[in-house]
Amino acid sequence: MIQNYLKQHSSAATLAFYRLAFGLMMLLSLIRFASYGWIKKFYITPEFHFTYYGFEWVKPIGNYTYLLFVIAGLAAFFVAIGYKYKWAILTFFLSFTYIELMDKTTYLNHYYFITLISFTFLFLPANCYYSVDAYKDEKLRFEKIPSWNIDILKLLLALVYFYAGLAKINSDWLIEAMPLKIWLPNNSNLPLIGSFLNENWVHYAFSWTGMIYDLAIVFLLLYKRTRLFGFILVVVFHILTKILFPIGVFPYVMIISSLIFFDTSFHKKVLNLISRIASRSITIFENGKEKQVNPTMLYKAKINFISVFVLFQLLFPFRYVCYPNELFWTEEGFRFSWRVMLMEKAGYTTFTVIDAITKKEIRVNNSHFLTKFQEKQMAFQPDFILEYAHYLHNYYLNQGINAPEVYVESYVALNGRLSQKYIDSKINLANENESFKHKTWILPFNDTIKGF
Amino acid sequence: MKKKLLIFFGVIATVVACSSSDDSGSESTGGSNFDRTALLTNWADNIIIPSFTNYQSKIQALNASITVFNTTTTEANLVNVRTSWLEAYKAYQYVAIYNFGKSEEINLKESANTYPSNTVGIQSNITAGNYNLSLISQFDKQGFPALDYMINGLGTTDAAIVTFYTTNTNAAKYKRYLTDLTARLQTSADAVVTDWNSSYRATYIANNGVSVTSSVNITTNNFVKNLEKDVRSGKIGIPAGVFSGGTLFPDKVEAFYKNDVSRDLLNTAVQASKDFFNGKKFNGTSTGAGFQSYLDYVNATRSGQKLSTIINTQYDAILTSNATLSTSFSKQITTDNTKMITAYDVLQQNVIYTKLDMMQALDITIDYVDGDGD
Repeated sequence: MIQNYLKQHSSAATLAFYRLAFGLMMLLSLIRFASYGWIKKFYITPEFHFTYYGFEWVKPIGNYTYLLFVIAGLAAFFVAIGYKYKWAILTFFLSFTYIELMDKTTYLNHYYFITLISFTFLFLPANCYYSVDAYKDEKLRFEKIPSWNIDILKLLLALVYFYAGLAKINSDWLIEAMPLKIWLPNNSNLPLIGSFLNENWVHYAFSWTGMIYDLAIVFLLLYKRTRLFGFILVVVFHILTKILFPIGVFPYVMIISSLIFFDTSFHKKVLNLISRIASRSITIFENGKEKQVNPTMLYKAKINFISVFVLFQLLFPFRYVCYPNELFWTEEGFRFSWRVMLMEKAGYTTFTVIDAITKKEIRVNNSHFLTKFQEKQMAFQPDFILEYAHYLHNYYLNQGINAPEVYVESYVALNGRLSQKYIDSKINLANENESFKHKTWILPFNDTIKGF
Repeated sequence: MKKKLLIFFGVIATVVACSSSDDSGSESTGGSNFDRTALLTNWADNIIIPSFTNYQSKIQALNASITVFNTTTTEANLVNVRTSWLEAYKAYQYVAIYNFGKSEEINLKESANTYPSNTVGIQSNITAGNYNLSLISQFDKQGFPALDYMINGLGTTDAAIVTFYTTNTNAAKYKRYLTDLTARLQTSADAVVTDWNSSYRATYIANNGVSVTSSVNITTNNFVKNLEKDVRSGKIGIPAGVFSGGTLFPDKVEAFYKNDVSRDLLNTAVQASKDFFNGKKFNGTSTGAGFQSYLDYVNATRSGQKLSTIINTQYDAILTSNATLSTSFSKQITTDNTKMITAYDVLQQNVIYTKLDMMQALDITIDYVDGDGD
């Protein structure tokens, strides 16, 4: 059955459409990011950066960071037009991922999504249709490509929605209507619906429909009969979230991405329309050729590799089961799991550095080392607290403090619970190290959040 | 069921989607929404402006009593100066919360209450006579702490203090410094009151949005910062050695030379903070829009209690624990510092409740940045 599936073909127009849309969206996102002055603000100004475990070497490269964004932008454009596609998508994947790894303060699930999509694109012949490459080189031109080339993108998109929906099946979200109960009233000055946003039943209605939407939307998009309805929901849903929350370009990325579920005829129409504006035609790509795959070792290896990748994507979000204690509290296994908008979590975290010999104490002023945004993110995430503690240790060691001991006083409030002590303040964090193991110095949550 | 919910959702969302594009201009509306304009109006008209006006008049009184003292330099008049100094110092505790706008621009807070004061610097200022109190380097040689030194710290008895203004060779210079110190306080107070009464009030109230630079945001941040830095750290933490590994600084208490009013000043500041939290009219009993009503409006409940109640209870706990302290914090620190530490911890708890729980409940942003979508 799998062998048969791998032999099925679909129109290359769909993949080309998504390549074009993806490239352009990425280009615009990068321009927007730069225009807000965020490159400087997030990557140049801070003197300290929170890194990912195992990727401590990925750091901003001074003013060359701007160049990195230019490279990513150019690569995105080349991906869009399908020029030197293989190199372009590889460059985009590497530069974008590098940017994301520079500082985890800015971590967003959607950035991770973009990294995954561009990684997947590395293995897809997205330039065989409606691309400069295929226009110039007839050998590259194909009208049909293996169906899995398109389905894998649909699958990745489906995973985001479905897993985000699963993650919403928890007692805070469904039974307490948290964190929407905290977030929605802040929009009560919106016209028309504003006054409703402070109503308790509205918080529940939003929570439950949000969960059902996330779980159901992919199925609505998959079936032709419900597709248009599904798409209207997608548009409405994302525009609504765009109005209510500061979530940048992602609503648009998701709306455009969901078009991949449409029939090829739609994608062809769009490409035709663009062509007509440029007084060209897409007929040159309609050569009736099917991209045949030779079952070489290389191809088999590729298929196997991608299968493992997909399996990994299916399992990785559930790694939290390997950790004790409450996921939302410890955040061990929280990132890279499509857990979006689930928590209103904030902290108040201050550090004391003690000279091991003289016992001299120094109260650290966080704003000396961190930006406001970094301090906010650090205050409630254990891995941030630990990395910063080590940074303080090294900083004060250089300042001549003997074997600086770093202690933290940290309070965290989660989803409408009263703040409580977060980290064991008797632990010298300079002696603790980052690992995939459970962090024993996180104090217990004293509550349970049931669900996924 | 599923489909119905989806349709329901769709309808709601369509309404939003359409309405937002139609008119996104108006920010605040009445009705059942929490009215930020009303909040800011209550803050400005019933609390902040009256606090500053009161402060201004208390400084005027201080000024007047110093004029009298300088003309008729007697122990009795020194006592009068002291009384009006303390009154003005207490009035200051109420305005220290609102360190934005003109107040921030002219460094009202730093020039009025940087302590411990630099007595060597003050003495050299007096002798040299060519000081410029508006310089940043002069913060610790002026304001209430400098006045404290001038009227309480020059000698051990009132008679001894008075001699500095009568028989001392630099007596005229001492008098002049006293006048200049109050004049400086007066100028700052006048500038802030004038600004609030002219254009700033309207600007402040009109800035009723939710952004980082909105009035609610700025005021809240200052409110929290005042409790954390000025009240908790300044008045208790630093002298009690919390920030120095247990090394005590009994000479770093507020009003060190008067010495028996540091508790009084602390309690005044806590009361000012509590009153502002409750939106209580300055010098009145009625409460209006404030953090309390804002929190209640967004139904902020924690552990089965209103968050506003939790915070108010904690304010009361602070006042109760302060009552166990000596009126002189230097004495308290030298005799039994553990009580100071307890007072610190009780106050710290409310710093956490306001800075963390309250700010979170009110969803006050620290900065604009993209969040995760859905």
